[in-house]
Amino acid sequence: MAERGPVASWATDFDVMDPAYIEDPFSIWDDLRETCPIAHTERRRGAWLLTTYDDVTAVAHDTTTFSSTQIMVIRPDEAPQGAGPGFLPYGIPPISADPPLHTWTRRLLLPWFSHRRVASLEPMTRALCNRLIDGFIDQGRVDAAEGYAQQIPVRVIATTLGVPDSLADTFTGWVRDVLEFADDQLKRIEGRRGILGYLTEEIARRRQDPKDDLISSLLAEEHDGAPLDDRLILGICALVLVAGIDTTWSAIGSTLWHLATHPDDTARLVAEPTLLPSAIEEFLRAYSPVTMARVVTTDTTYAGCPMAAGDKVLMNFPAANRDPKVFDRANEVVLDRAHNRHVAFGSGIHRCAGSNLARMELTVAVEAWLARIPQFRLEHGADVTWAGGQVRGPRSLPVVF
Amino acid sequence: MKIVIDPAKCQGHARCYALSPELFDVDDYGQASVRIEGEVPEALVEVARLAIANCPEFAIAEVD
Ligand code: HEM
Ligand code: SF4
Repeated sequence: MAERGPVASWATDFDVMDPAYIEDPFSIWDDLRETCPIAHTERRRGAWLLTTYDDVTAVAHDTTTFSSTQIMVIRPDEAPQGAGPGFLPYGIPPISADPPLHTWTRRLLLPWFSHRRVASLEPMTRALCNRLIDGFIDQGRVDAAEGYAQQIPVRVIATTLGVPDSLADTFTGWVRDVLEFADDQLKRIEGRRGILGYLTEEIARRRQDPKDDLISSLLAEEHDGAPLDDRLILGICALVLVAGIDTTWSAIGSTLWHLATHPDDTARLVAEPTLLPSAIEEFLRAYSPVTMARVVTTDTTYAGCPMAAGDKVLMNFPAANRDPKVFDRANEVVLDRAHNRHVAFGSGIHRCAGSNLARMELTVAVEAWLARIPQFRLEHGADVTWAGGQVRGPRSLPVVF
Repeated sequence: MKIVIDPAKCQGHARCYALSPELFDVDDYGQASVRIEGEVPEALVEVARLAIANCPEFAIAEVD
């Protein structure tokens, strides 16, 4: 099991699963950027934590020294039992791969999430948001995380993968088990089993009966003159499922949390809807959900720090996006921020392949909400809970309107 | 004003396209291009500058 016990010093003993970090990472990052921009921990077999924009983007671009073969911020202490050895021999490319595997598997996915393809999913996303709002608007309250944000991305992804809407809750459960409760060995294995078992069956079904969806298109692809290995297809589909749900839901939830707690910003956005595009980029910057890891491939010294082969390096995109050297008023949400080179979707060759989709979903979710619920706030005595570590966002967000 | 995109740096964040679909396109594989050859029309100069300042990969540059 992972080590427990309170963090003694964030510079030398950090733990991104610590409750204090999940509650308020912002002050920890501010402190570290000033005092120890490359923090270290012996926990979880050794890792480094980067908090400046320059370091995070530099490491993201050096894919030779910093490999993507270990990207989870929490290193499972034991390999998952029961999944069977070699069940995903290719990992979940392109995210878990370095070139050359990364390069060609990424190209298989990109057209599915181009801005043109994403535009065609917008009407369905808008109808979905409105249907969700129909379901709770008369009650004057809702858990905006569970009853709204969480319901959106999973259904949009299901459409892309060609799986039925009715499985949305099951999918959400599996993805949370893998990402959010990754510290819990049993849950992680359950989640993995669920996803892989389901997708294995779907792949077999599509082979018999192809449709116009991602799974069928991967079955029809070739690489080096041969069809793709089923286990590679499985890995790619598992990635799309895992990468597209928690992340987007967290971004929608954090944005609604901000609006619920900053009525001036909400009123301004309602009065000036043309601010929405810059506001969306600003929410992505200020509440970036995703931190990713790399593994050091050879002993190296980075910015004076001795990094050993096998060490993990955490690229804290959320912290980079609040670096005051790059962003004025970095800890404030500025709806009309004109210069916003944020890296919420990563930096370099692994730039989020679903970023067009995520941006559309976040925009439509906020637009549809504000059109019908222009005034709302946290419920009195509301118990807002957050998930953190790899993906940060609210998991319960009771609001009244 | 003229602008160019460095294809080796561009990673397809599509921030340029989001700012100005008139001036930029991004293809199915995340490669951006400038739609307008030569001088950027006066009306798009400001948004071109914004795109330069928002590209996370520093891939857009002004040339003379
Ligand atoms: C707000 C929502 C999202 C955020 C903040 C986000 C963030 C990220 C980040 C930071 C990376 C880079 C990983 C790395 O460098 O190791 C990434 C990669 C990826 N994301 Fe997203 N993501 C979001 C939504 C989505 C969606 C909706 C999809 C849908 C398919 C998706 C699919 C992917 C894929 C396939 C990759 C791997 C790309 C590669 O390795 O080449 N993401 N995402
Ligand atoms: S914003 Fe930059 S990286 Fe993104 S598509 Fe445009 S030029 Fe490419």
